[in-house]
Amino acid sequence: MSVVRIPPVLRAQAGGHKKLEVEGETVGAVLGNLVALYPGLRDQLFTAEGALHRFVNVYVDGQHVRDTGELATPVGRGDDVVILPAMAGGDG
Amino acid sequence: MTKSFSDLMRELRAVIREVHPLEVDDLTSAADRALAGPRPAIVDVREAEEWEQGHIPGAVHVSKSYLEQEIESAVPDRSRPVILYCAQGVRSLFAAQALQEMGYTDVASMAGGFQQWKAMGLPWTTPVVLTDDQKRRYSRHLLIPEVGVEGQKRLLESKVLVVGAGGLGSPAALYLAAAGVGTIGIVDFDVVDISNLQRQVLHTTDRVGTKKTASAAATIKALNPDVTVIGHEEVLGPDNVERLIAGHDVIVDGTDTFETRYVLNDAAVAAGIPVVHASVFRFEGQLTVFNPPAGPCYRCLYPTPPPPELAPGCSVAGVLGVVPGIMGLLQANEVIKLLLGIGDSLAGRLLLFDALDASFTELVLRRDPACQVCSEAAVEARKAGRPPAIAAPTGPTAPVDPAAAGLFTLGGPGLEPSAPAVAAPSTAAAPSGASMETPA
Repeated sequence: MSVVRIPPVLRAQAGGHKKLEVEGETVGAVLGNLVALYPGLRDQLFTAEGALHRFVNVYVDGQHVRDTGELATPVGRGDDVVILPAMAGGDG
Repeated sequence: MTKSFSDLMRELRAVIREVHPLEVDDLTSAADRALAGPRPAIVDVREAEEWEQGHIPGAVHVSKSYLEQEIESAVPDRSRPVILYCAQGVRSLFAAQALQEMGYTDVASMAGGFQQWKAMGLPWTTPVVLTDDQKRRYSRHLLIPEVGVEGQKRLLESKVLVVGAGGLGSPAALYLAAAGVGTIGIVDFDVVDISNLQRQVLHTTDRVGTKKTASAAATIKALNPDVTVIGHEEVLGPDNVERLIAGHDVIVDGTDTFETRYVLNDAAVAAGIPVVHASVFRFEGQLTVFNPPAGPCYRCLYPTPPPPELAPGCSVAGVLGVVPGIMGLLQANEVIKLLLGIGDSLAGRLLLFDALDASFTELVLRRDPACQVCSEAAVEARKAGRPPAIAAPTGPTAPVDPAAAGLFTLGGPGLEPSAPAVAAPSTAAAPSGASMETPA
């Protein structure tokens, strides 16, 4: 069971949750279970082909999954999974 | 028994080692410390007026009058080699004797002093001299060894460009000005709106309706007359970005649109200027430094911007006023570190701040070896005059309706938000939230 941190911009589609405990032994499995729970997140995270959008970065225990095996990155019990889409939001 | 001056000199020369200026130059400039041994402390024992007219680079000034009182803080390690010099090599002999009596074990005096040093054409420098007002204004900086007079002078000679005089740019510019960053460029085309004042602390109620650049300049001038403010009343874009950033040491990215962020990133990487980046959303903020090859650039992280419905700005999503305040000050902190060359910058690290939890989280950011902007291939291509073609983000300009974007709908299982599906990658590459927010 890992802890997925939902970015503020996606919380509305995740039942308003900031953190969710989600099962799965890889990033792909965790995110798959997450979108099964909250289908509104699917198009926000994944392309039609099932790859992560390039404007969405995922970190497991502080490391970008691009460097650790993408969706196949293993996720251990209690690992922190951070989802971070590009944030527009400056504040000009 | 009485002793003449020449008696004293003779006695001193018997017990104090004298070194030739060339030997001192070798010791201080030796590239290989392993061979040369520990770097000696070079101490100038002349009076302040003499020091101010020029000294050996890297020397510290401890006037002979205050030598016994001040040497322990200047050179705490009594076993460290110390070379003293004065104008002609006389006062430094007496000073060396005093240090030996205090237990300094490796003390030498430079024969011929600074006059001989200069006559031999060895390098020397004039120290930074701050005005009396500046010494008082920056006294708390001057007390910190990592800043000191040299660091303060460096800040006063620095040029920082603040893009956006809004929620992030306000606190950043304010504190950079207070710190004595000598030139602050401010890019903003907007006018002050009353809704800005909840967080944009550069501006005031009586300036509502006036240009933000003028308002920022007025606030900064009132705070610190040492600072030159250069207002750029324009929208930063592909056509003017090179001109706007040219000559700056560091850029503060306080913008609110993806278009600006990408344009700024690409130009700053090409110009080799670090960008201190922050963004905020409601109770949260994120911060990093883009300064490749130290760490990634913005495009390494996000090669393409998200579609607008995934990227609402503060004008539609809201932000707690203190959050851009905190993030903007963290930006100013990174800027000052970069300018002074001290500490560890956030290059290669992303700092997340959560105001509700009062927590910081750090993520590791690595460069994308295939980055279209900062990879070796991209750098080579630019050198060869073939800059990589990057689709400049140009998106729809209407503000996004947060409800339409599904932001405020609680999407439980099975409930699709009313937002349109995320664009397919091919169209997502052509961008996005260019106008998420006009900073009104």
